Amino acid sequence: MSISWPTDALTHAKRRSFQRPDWLAPPAWRNAASGLGGLLALLALWWIGTDVLASSDGFIRHFSPTAAIPKLIALLSGPDLPVHILVSLRRVLVGLGLALAVGVPLGLAVGRFQRLNAATSPAFQFLRMISPLSWMPIAVMVFGVGDDPIYFMLAFAAVWPIVLNTAEGVRRLQPAWLSLASSLAATRWETLRHVILPGVLGHVLTGLRLAIGIVWIVLVPCEMLGVSAGLGYFILDTRDRLAYSELMATVLMIGLLGFLLDAGARALYRMATRNA
Amino acid sequence: MTEPASRLSPVLQASQVALRYPGQSRAVIAGFDFALNAGETVSLLGASGVGKSSLLRVLAGLQAPTEGAVTMNGAPLDGVHPRVAVAFQDPSLLPWLTLEKNVAFGLDFKHQPKLARAESAARVEMAIREVGLTQARRKFPTELSGGMAQRTALARCFARKPEILLLDEPFGALDEVTRAEMQHLLLKLVRDFRTAAVLITHDIDEALKVSDRVLLLGGAPASVIGEWRIDLPKPREDLIAELGAIRVEILSTLRAAAPRRAA
Ligand SMILES: Nc1ncnc2c1ncn2[C@@H]1O[C@H](COP(=O)(O)OP(=O)(O)OP(=O)(O)O)[C@@H](O)[C@H]1O
Ligand SMILES: [Mg+2]
Repeated sequence: MSISWPTDALTHAKRRSFQRPDWLAPPAWRNAASGLGGLLALLALWWIGTDVLASSDGFIRHFSPTAAIPKLIALLSGPDLPVHILVSLRRVLVGLGLALAVGVPLGLAVGRFQRLNAATSPAFQFLRMISPLSWMPIAVMVFGVGDDPIYFMLAFAAVWPIVLNTAEGVRRLQPAWLSLASSLAATRWETLRHVILPGVLGHVLTGLRLAIGIVWIVLVPCEMLGVSAGLGYFILDTRDRLAYSELMATVLMIGLLGFLLDAGARALYRMATRNA
Repeated sequence: MTEPASRLSPVLQASQVALRYPGQSRAVIAGFDFALNAGETVSLLGASGVGKSSLLRVLAGLQAPTEGAVTMNGAPLDGVHPRVAVAFQDPSLLPWLTLEKNVAFGLDFKHQPKLARAESAARVEMAIREVGLTQARRKFPTELSGGMAQRTALARCFARKPEILLLDEPFGALDEVTRAEMQHLLLKLVRDFRTAAVLITHDIDEALKVSDRVLLLGGAPASVIGEWRIDLPKPREDLIAELGAIRVEILSTLRAAAPRRAA
């Protein structure tokens, strides 16, 4: 079983143990500048491929940044795209909420009971490797057409990293914390509420961040099947209307929102673990 | 060498306590008798692995003995008692709580005595003041030195105004200077709060400095193989000469017991 760690968890730990004086640390702006440079280079490649190298009346011109970016701005102030964005974000939130509601208790139990871990871990690996999209026909049969099968598929995709990371968090709880709780005659609930949950929070958030990445990727194809709103639906809609610069603008929007969601998850993780 | 039965009734008493961990053929502790009087500080001294921590867990009610009984003020101890505080070698501070919140930790637990909010806030403030950490009360554990962390752990114990304090090598991980400071602090707290204390240690000098009585644990399974009463005023930094004789006696008892342990 492999659990991936976000690299900032590692750099965070390193910063703590070395206690490098602030003036020696590489300035944060330099990293930010490098990152920005990379994004600009990406934009330049996109522009060169679709604008500079493309023939002036070519089909490919529809996909260029000079067409897509103004279109995106126009779409964002129009009536449609904001609605599709909100619908998609709501699905993501519901899917993640369900995944947390199932994944955290399950992860706590799996982390706590070695036997349960042994019994479930091959099954989880098996289920985890099934593309959530392959459940689509079954999900529609069970939940009917509409949002419900999408919630199911998103939650199904998101639950595994949350379960695995929560369980790992429980295994890494310091025995001293648990001794402390029992020496204070803590009830089960008090131990859970005051030691275990705050103790695994960092791991849960790591799982959540991975889950957000997966959900955002699974969302778009999910929305291409049997619904009439959302970013995935809108992609197909622009195609059918032959509105190619709108299509490209939507692709750009999907990337942008995913980027922001991940940044949000990262900020949340950093906030929650700043003292650990 | 053995102490005559005290006039006072003991606050904590163990009689013929034995402990065998499940799945192990031999007991860790057997025939352990012990009485702790009100306000008294007793050290349990013993070599590594002899069973000191196991014994402390039994005295704390964290572990039920296989045989024998532990009583607190005459009543059998079944489980952790709210008026017993335990400090371990690891300060066990929760990294997500400030020093202040760590000291308050557990005060409002269901099985602890009910305190009004103002009362528990006052106790936390008082305990932090007693250990001299008022300036640092909003810091997080990662910002504390080892000594400060262990002070915080002591403050957490004393905020509960315990009748009995059980300490398992609390200063084991500290450097010499900090350790001496902490021993002083412990003496002061035990006196100010009139707490009876059991200190587990493998450091003879520490036992000699802080305790009214020293019990030597030895043998396998472990039991008390020697007991000394130390009627000298505390602190005892300047009384090394007077303590020297007892020190020699403890060492020779330890040496005499060693071959038996190896056999
Ligand atoms: N939970 C446990 N289950 C089984 N055996 C244990 C357990 N705890 C301790 N032991 C065993 O009991 C013996 C005594 O251990 P204990 O920790 O009580 O010794 P100690 O005197 O505190 O040692 P140290 O000075 O190293 O802390 C050891 O042999 C240890 O392996
Ligand atoms: Mg020990």
